[in-house]
Amino acid sequence: MFAYYLRLAFKSIKRNPILSALMITAIALGIGASMTTITVNYLMSANPIPHKSEQLFYVQLDSWSPHEPANEPNEPPDQITWTDATNLMQNKTAFRQTAMASSGGVVEPEGQDQKPFMASIRLAFSDFFPMFDVPFLYGSGWNAESDDKRELVAVISKATNDKVFGGGNSVGKTIRVVGENFRVIGVLDEWVLAPRFYDVTTGAFNETEEIFMPFYLKQDLELTNGGNTNCWKSPEGEGFQAFLQSECVNYQMWAELPTDADKAEFMDFLNSYVMEQKALGRFPRELNNRLSDVMEWMEIEEVVADDAQIMMWLSFMFLLVCLLNTIGLLLAKFTGKASEIGLRRAVGASRTDLFIQHLVETACIGIAGGLLGLGLAFLGLEGIKTLYGEFVQNLVGLDVTMVISALLLALVSSILAGMYPTWRACNIAPASQLKSQ
Amino acid sequence: MLKMTDVKKVFRTELVETHALRDFNLQVNEGDFVAVTGPSGSGKTTFLNIAGLLETFEGGQYELDGQDVSNLNDKARSQLRNEKIGFIFQSFNLIPDLNLFDNVDVPLRYRGFNSAERKKRIEESLEMVGLANRMKHLPSQLSGGQQQRAAIARALAGQPRFLLADEPTGNLDTKMALSVLELLKTINDFGTTIVMVTHDQHLAEQAKRNIYVRDGKVSESGEVVSLENAVNA
Repeated sequence: MFAYYLRLAFKSIKRNPILSALMITAIALGIGASMTTITVNYLMSANPIPHKSEQLFYVQLDSWSPHEPANEPNEPPDQITWTDATNLMQNKTAFRQTAMASSGGVVEPEGQDQKPFMASIRLAFSDFFPMFDVPFLYGSGWNAESDDKRELVAVISKATNDKVFGGGNSVGKTIRVVGENFRVIGVLDEWVLAPRFYDVTTGAFNETEEIFMPFYLKQDLELTNGGNTNCWKSPEGEGFQAFLQSECVNYQMWAELPTDADKAEFMDFLNSYVMEQKALGRFPRELNNRLSDVMEWMEIEEVVADDAQIMMWLSFMFLLVCLLNTIGLLLAKFTGKASEIGLRRAVGASRTDLFIQHLVETACIGIAGGLLGLGLAFLGLEGIKTLYGEFVQNLVGLDVTMVISALLLALVSSILAGMYPTWRACNIAPASQLKSQ
Repeated sequence: MLKMTDVKKVFRTELVETHALRDFNLQVNEGDFVAVTGPSGSGKTTFLNIAGLLETFEGGQYELDGQDVSNLNDKARSQLRNEKIGFIFQSFNLIPDLNLFDNVDVPLRYRGFNSAERKKRIEESLEMVGLANRMKHLPSQLSGGQQQRAAIARALAGQPRFLLADEPTGNLDTKMALSVLELLKTINDFGTTIVMVTHDQHLAEQAKRNIYVRDGKVSESGEVVSLENAVNA
């Protein structure tokens, strides 16, 4: 019977092409708007490193003021101090761990016809690359020895390699950054992270950096602070080194802890460290250290922006309005079929038979609306790309999950919208329709 | 075979109660060809709708083929309609965007027959009404008489015990009306019981039995003596 109902549905849709087109358009508009905002929210909240997101932990230490928390109600600051970053790295207890910071500097290409340009820099430890599964096109990351010896080595992005070295294998070549000559030891492959979870303080959806170098070079080369720097008391003294040793927070720290036992052990280590620091007159607040895995950290940092969520709910409201319109149109359509429904009842169709028949028709309209809605969602996402440019390049795009979700949403929505008109249609008194035709 | 005993039907609005049938008593036997006549509003169509299980009733008893149908649910009533009753309407009630084959197919679909059985029955019934060569035509491509024949084919395809006809010639000219009537008589000769509501006294005279309904009651019933027979007598 399903094939029969399907054939009747297509005939019925063809019988009233304008009415059918209006319904399909109404559903498509609702689905298009919803899917555009859902896609943005979905990609914003996607797990950027699913196979190990539960093993990577962001470290928070509450080194903040005794008089007020860093964030209400009693949250520790979302970054740590230089002192804590270097102390924790010197007592390496995690399977892998890295402190990191963002900075920036001028790159001076060797070629006469190439102009210097500003590049984003990430200062990190050697564990950064294996921890975050960083893909390499040429070479590799530096090793722990380079960290300790503060070697002038650099890993550069594919784009930087294209720009400075014409895209060839530049491992072993020299790149001049912030006035120093660095030896290139690795070139990254395309590395798109959405969100760029390892440092959301400088924008969760920014691109990965152009140059990576050992963390301690921050101190040696007196590199500028990137991102947000927050202080609860003034530095004791003047100059770069005094600022570095202050209670200002500007550094991120991640630890890879494969098991729960590793996590517990590392937390003990953090607590012991803070107790030691308390003895030295630091950490005036209660013990309040945190370890958050990737998805917990994304939630704490509210990576999915409030306005994106509001937009999503507004688009759901719009979908609801479209569905209400569809209900009205379906009522009109099914009322027009009253005599056929009466006839079918007379020749033996039960209410259930007719209910299924009309639900199949509604579902066909829903799927057609869903397909058209997908097209509109694609246009919507292209519109967002045009409007916001590179900032959202990584956020907009329909994947298989979203395509299936769109069709399911259209199907479920249209079936829900079709329930009342279908129920009404099935309860038409056949006798009155048969006599009155 | 079709037996109504003290059947009552009341239509209610906020202001008025209309007694469409009052203590309606009728028995139709197997093989009958019954013509139901009466003035407008007398309850003829209401009787036919109740007989065809298209409407419920408030009081009394209705037995179809020995089965009390008073308390059947929607599914059981639909199944009974599908298997035992065929309908013919004044306005044919063919589905406009289905061709004759598919129109005749409609009741068979709800019967659960397989494709081959349906095809056989459709072709046989269209053959019987003389429309075998028109099965791919849409209703709009046929004359009124042909449309009514197609509707009869639809009613016959399920091989029902009863054929209920409500003014089957009401929309047809005299020639076509007579042709449809002849077809009904042939169908009756094959054993199908026919109950026909009509305003046309001449048509009613062609039936084997004639009942007269007035104010929701059967006021007269019996063998019809046609005018021609009366004159000869």
